[in-house]
Amino acid sequence: MVSVSRYNIDARRLLCPMPVIRTQERVAQLAKGDQLVVHCTDPGALNDIPAWCRINGHRLLSAVDHNGEIEIIIEIAGGETQR
Amino acid sequence: MLAVRVIQEQGIYVEGINFYTGFCVEGHTHAIRNKDRKKPKRNSALWCAEQLGIKLHIIDIIQEYKNILLNPHHGYGANLNPCLDCKAFMVAKAREWMEQHGFDFIITGEVVGQRPKSQRKETLPVVARESGAGDRLLRPLCAGLLTQTLPEQEGWVDRAQLHSFSGRSRKPQIQLAQSYGFDEWSQPAGGCCFLTDENYSRKLKDLWNHRGERDYELDDIMLLKVGRHLRPASHYKLIVARDEGESRFLQGYQKTFITLSAISHPGPLCLVEGDAGEEELELAARVVARFGQGRDSGIVTIELTMPGERGRSLEVRPMKPEEVPKGWYL
Repeated sequence: MVSVSRYNIDARRLLCPMPVIRTQERVAQLAKGDQLVVHCTDPGALNDIPAWCRINGHRLLSAVDHNGEIEIIIEIAGGETQR
Repeated sequence: MLAVRVIQEQGIYVEGINFYTGFCVEGHTHAIRNKDRKKPKRNSALWCAEQLGIKLHIIDIIQEYKNILLNPHHGYGANLNPCLDCKAFMVAKAREWMEQHGFDFIITGEVVGQRPKSQRKETLPVVARESGAGDRLLRPLCAGLLTQTLPEQEGWVDRAQLHSFSGRSRKPQIQLAQSYGFDEWSQPAGGCCFLTDENYSRKLKDLWNHRGERDYELDDIMLLKVGRHLRPASHYKLIVARDEGESRFLQGYQKTFITLSAISHPGPLCLVEGDAGEEELELAARVVARFGQGRDSGIVTIELTMPGERGRSLEVRPMKPEEVPKGWYL
């Protein structure tokens, strides 16, 4: 049985691109396979964080808007900047 | 976007860096205001990176940027925009990143003569010199008009395939973009920074003047982007939301500011910044009533809430538009 480590960050009230920056900073500290739950309120994050995941190869597990309280779950891919 | 594609066409691997100063225009007002809600809510740099198929690193430089804005060696542009210092600083940060991550050179999308201050033929070398990037800074869109850089001398980049664009017209860039199949591109330089905006710069100067020091925190510069700002007296200011979206955004500041909002009629939320006394708060309540749907009523009930306390009601007569002195508006 494999256990998954899940972490949370609170990016509520932060406006674009701060939720992405906070996500980027936290992801840099996590290991491959870890999951990060981003809590935010800027509707732009629903586009920006999935775009950031696609660019950087991370897997978007879900992105849900609960009446303005947005929850985005990411699974971390391995590796830092690679040329 | 174009500069990256020009270099990618030569088979060179590129990653993007986007710096966040706190003064970036896009996203914020779209996220806050009702009238902008239909506009695409996306970060332009991320969107560009995805179109180009490159990684993007968004770097928070809010704190370090203060020194650039407060003490620009080269002064300001038409407003509080320290464009030349800003560019040199960002290229310097890009150089640091390049060195830390083993990259070889930096490219920017600058074009000679495109901007009146920071993109003149005389100022482009200033950016290269003051950033420390020197000959590792390549401008693919106007390289043909500039001295050869290291990537060109070393043959990493074929100079013959670079461009010689100059001047304010963006026609050649648009043609090049179309030749690459781009049918959408991000905001041209200048319009993406609040510091180039006259109204915003006036509000920032007002903030500094009335605080007695030239300094700011992120919340200060965010709040300057939101609402109508009125200063009835030098020791306090009102920030009145212009729509429901702004009211929602300002609610996030209820723990640190005195707030006012109409409860007898629909209306905006207002933050009171500064040290307002009881009479001044009543005046503020009348201003808030003037901007709500009770503006034509005889009396409007306003809830006044001090930070961390329960609200209390004030019955006020809304100010008439002509009773609000024009000089109060920032």
